[in-house]
Amino acid sequence: MSTTVTGLDAWRGFAGDTWRAGVAVRDFIQANYEPYTGDSSFLSGATDRTRGIWQRLTAMFPAERERGIYDVDAVTPSTITSHKPGYIDEANELIVGLQTDAPLRRAIIPNGGWRMVEGGLKAYGYAPDPRVAEIFTKYRKTHNAGVFDAYTPNILAARRSHIITGLPDAYGRGRIIGDYRRVALYGVDMLIAAKQADKDACAGGAMTEETIRRREELSEQIRALGELKEMAAGYGYDISGPATTGREAIQWLYFAYLAAVKEQNGAAMSLGRTATFVDIYLERDIAEGILTEQQAQELVDDFVIKLRIVRFLRTPEYDELFSGDPTWVTESIGGIGTDGRPLVTRTSFRYLQTLYNLGPAPEPNLTVFWSPKLPQGFKDFCTQVSIDTSAIQYENDELMRPQFGDDTAIACCVSAMAVGKQMQFFGARVNLAKTLLYAINGGRDEISGAQVGPQLPPLDGDVLDYGQVAERFDVMMEWLAATYVNALNIIHYMHDRYAYERIEMALHDTDVLRTLACGIAGLSVAADSLSAIKHATVRPVRDERGLIVDYTVEGEFPTYGNNDDRADLIAAGLVETFMAKIRKHPTYRGAVHTQSVLTITSNVVYGKHTGNTPDGRRAGQPFAPGANPMNSRDSHGMVAAALSVAKLPYGDALDGISLTTTVTPNGLGNSREERVRNLVGVLDGYSTVDGFHMNVNVLNRDTLEDAMAHPENYPQLTIRVSGYAVNFVRLTEEQQRDVISRTFHGAL
Amino acid sequence: MTGKVVIQRPDLGITPVGAHPTAGEPVASVHSWDVVTAADGPGTRFVTFFAGCHLRCLYCHNPDTWEGRNGQQVTLSALVAKMLSFRGFIQAAGGGVTVSGGEPLLQNRFVEAYLHRCKEEGMHTALDTAGFLGARATDELLDDTDLVLLDVKSSDPNTYRKLTGVALHPTIVFGDRLAARGNRARIRFVLVPGLTDDPANIEGVAEYAARWGSVDDGGIIEQVDILSYHRLGVAKYRELGLRYPLPDTVPPTAEQLAAAAEHFTRRGLWVTTA
Repeated sequence: MSTTVTGLDAWRGFAGDTWRAGVAVRDFIQANYEPYTGDSSFLSGATDRTRGIWQRLTAMFPAERERGIYDVDAVTPSTITSHKPGYIDEANELIVGLQTDAPLRRAIIPNGGWRMVEGGLKAYGYAPDPRVAEIFTKYRKTHNAGVFDAYTPNILAARRSHIITGLPDAYGRGRIIGDYRRVALYGVDMLIAAKQADKDACAGGAMTEETIRRREELSEQIRALGELKEMAAGYGYDISGPATTGREAIQWLYFAYLAAVKEQNGAAMSLGRTATFVDIYLERDIAEGILTEQQAQELVDDFVIKLRIVRFLRTPEYDELFSGDPTWVTESIGGIGTDGRPLVTRTSFRYLQTLYNLGPAPEPNLTVFWSPKLPQGFKDFCTQVSIDTSAIQYENDELMRPQFGDDTAIACCVSAMAVGKQMQFFGARVNLAKTLLYAINGGRDEISGAQVGPQLPPLDGDVLDYGQVAERFDVMMEWLAATYVNALNIIHYMHDRYAYERIEMALHDTDVLRTLACGIAGLSVAADSLSAIKHATVRPVRDERGLIVDYTVEGEFPTYGNNDDRADLIAAGLVETFMAKIRKHPTYRGAVHTQSVLTITSNVVYGKHTGNTPDGRRAGQPFAPGANPMNSRDSHGMVAAALSVAKLPYGDALDGISLTTTVTPNGLGNSREERVRNLVGVLDGYSTVDGFHMNVNVLNRDTLEDAMAHPENYPQLTIRVSGYAVNFVRLTEEQQRDVISRTFHGAL
Repeated sequence: MTGKVVIQRPDLGITPVGAHPTAGEPVASVHSWDVVTAADGPGTRFVTFFAGCHLRCLYCHNPDTWEGRNGQQVTLSALVAKMLSFRGFIQAAGGGVTVSGGEPLLQNRFVEAYLHRCKEEGMHTALDTAGFLGARATDELLDDTDLVLLDVKSSDPNTYRKLTGVALHPTIVFGDRLAARGNRARIRFVLVPGLTDDPANIEGVAEYAARWGSVDDGGIIEQVDILSYHRLGVAKYRELGLRYPLPDTVPPTAEQLAAAAEHFTRRGLWVTTA
């Protein structure tokens, strides 16, 4: 059944049975992968062919950076089949396929919202096409339009005052990972047959709203799979059957991913966990003598080049929140299987090797699933790559595996999900620091003075009383949680209705676990402010409107980030309390409530919209990113800060807890070997104390300052920022300054 | 002291004396603590900077640790509790604890008790000392010390006195004692152009190191760390209202560092430069 046009049996030599009859990629991997416990010495460098293709693209990057976008097709709403095949260098590409008919040419994807398309085009000097505008404003309703039909005045007020920000109500929600491997393993026809069977299975019985939706969604999924085949055929490939070689496996997998990014402008369009899957095919080819190590690396390099040039048309306001044009093509690498065998293969190394062969880059967002049990050779290579490129992030496999199993991948930055079996409703985040200010001001906004939250009697007295503030904070968080979950329910109802992820959901099981991924920002500011009120004397300063707009602080107070329980347990308590309040509210489609402590780069914008806080932070000053301690308040070194972050309860933040660290090379050791050994140690230590996520930047402050002054010299300088990596030179000046001003841990 | 620059910190995050009755428990004057990597001994370490030092090294970058009265009074159990809060991380990361300063041997009884507790908790221990007060380190203290970071600031008695205000001899005696006991050590030598970079001076330090012997040859010296003089302490002198004694001194060049290293590597010693 699995023989294809190459004449090869696609499944020749594969072991195991449970994956053959129905879709079960994990079973296939477990039955067929070979762990690799050696070092990196087998790896190959870039070939001239690879360098040639990459240079064609890098030559285009300066113009893209200058203009904001390189090019856009402003008249063709993107679908899986909307554009003719596109190439970088047709004769030399090993893996083919572009989002549009030319590299770096962006597409418009209006289903999420016409305003995003219109704003994006105008920002870069393109005129929206009147016909397309008419279609998406008159005949075809968008997700964005639907959301605003249902939003309540309360939600609108919370949104306007920036206490809830970054909601995916004008753009694609993303953070859904199709199991793109399924296309390679089974071919599209078998996937269609399985979906058809699911649809047939719900043809009898009453047509309830749920069944009708299921049948409609399955029909859309089947249609999208058909379009996927059509798109591949345009490039000359028949992917109705399974892939027969390593090259085909990567190509099939990439076509599936490409279909997703052609049809969805999701905030994060993550890839999943593909390296070890691909390894099975590459190693089979190598064993059969039809592929060399150099050729295997070339295929991976070519694939990664494609992932590096995924582009979406977004507005400058969006970029302010999530800067550097991120796409979060997150690939999860490594980890340990439930049977104790490492999921590390040679291809895990090959993926990381692309950072040498092509130079550092923020995408794909290479994410290592760390465990102290990983093979030493892999640990050493990962940390060496971190030291050399600052381009990878780490997540604690020991925490994720018990929750989500061993075929888990990260969507976006820190959101773990079982591939193909779980998806999330992305919920951006609320501003906890501002919520505290609302508690102090009885629900009035500290900047506008408007009554946004529930009205509480004004605080009297000259000194803030901890008990009283904590009580009012609780009331305000209660209101915020209710407002927030309501907003997310509306958003995801409308997204399913008007911008359903057809191809991504076609590559999921029909019955999936959904999570409602809430989030909090400003945790360290809120915790330090409460600590100040509790341990020092905080006197409010009122303005002529009777609003408390500033504070004088007398005395010392412990701050979050120094492994000091007096402050750290306040932060941990906030995570726990807000999660409990979120859980009180029913969710759309029965999604399970989760939350993250993650800001990406929005910590700058959140800070901008938040007044003076009782911890001494000035109005407008950026928050710390993610779960980081506030800048320069973590005065006992990076490990003490990491231990504070590790105290945040993962069980109440299952969507992830983000820590970003920056060390100088000398802070890790004097020699390369010592640096590698010490960084391995730090990651083992952080994993052992149940830390969840760590971005590791190994940089000198001088380098960043020089890059600000001479961006042209640093086109590939990559740094990690709360959950993802960016080209430093593509950040706004304000964000660059924020990054530099953050604690540089000269010594760890 | 050598190693990481210590900055002024108002809050130790360690319960100070006074909050709880101490019942005759050992108490020390502590300037601060940090968890550092690759600076004060191998791996990632919980480093306690004890307050107070007899030496007045011209290039000292932590003048705020000179006076014992500048520290905060901390009980043994409070310091041990703080250390234990890092134990899980440090043991997984590889590393241990370091007592530094100031001069930790000024408070030798407390340090002895603390190192003993650290050993009971399975921690690798390091003592960062100038050696001038080496006689105060009892055999029991040294038994609980896995590694001594011994600063040999100069091999010439006159230069040593000019540099530190005290005599060289006790440090050498201490080194000899460590060698006789088989206590592992790392030599730390700060290369200060114009002060310690005379080849004869470096050669003398290398001779002492060779006398104590590389661990490869059955001696006690794991490695020699040659540390570049740096000017990060300048601001602290200003803050403390002190005159900075080396206004015109510049850090050594890479070539100067390499030349200094040569004196040690010739004798089969492991050298790091930073």
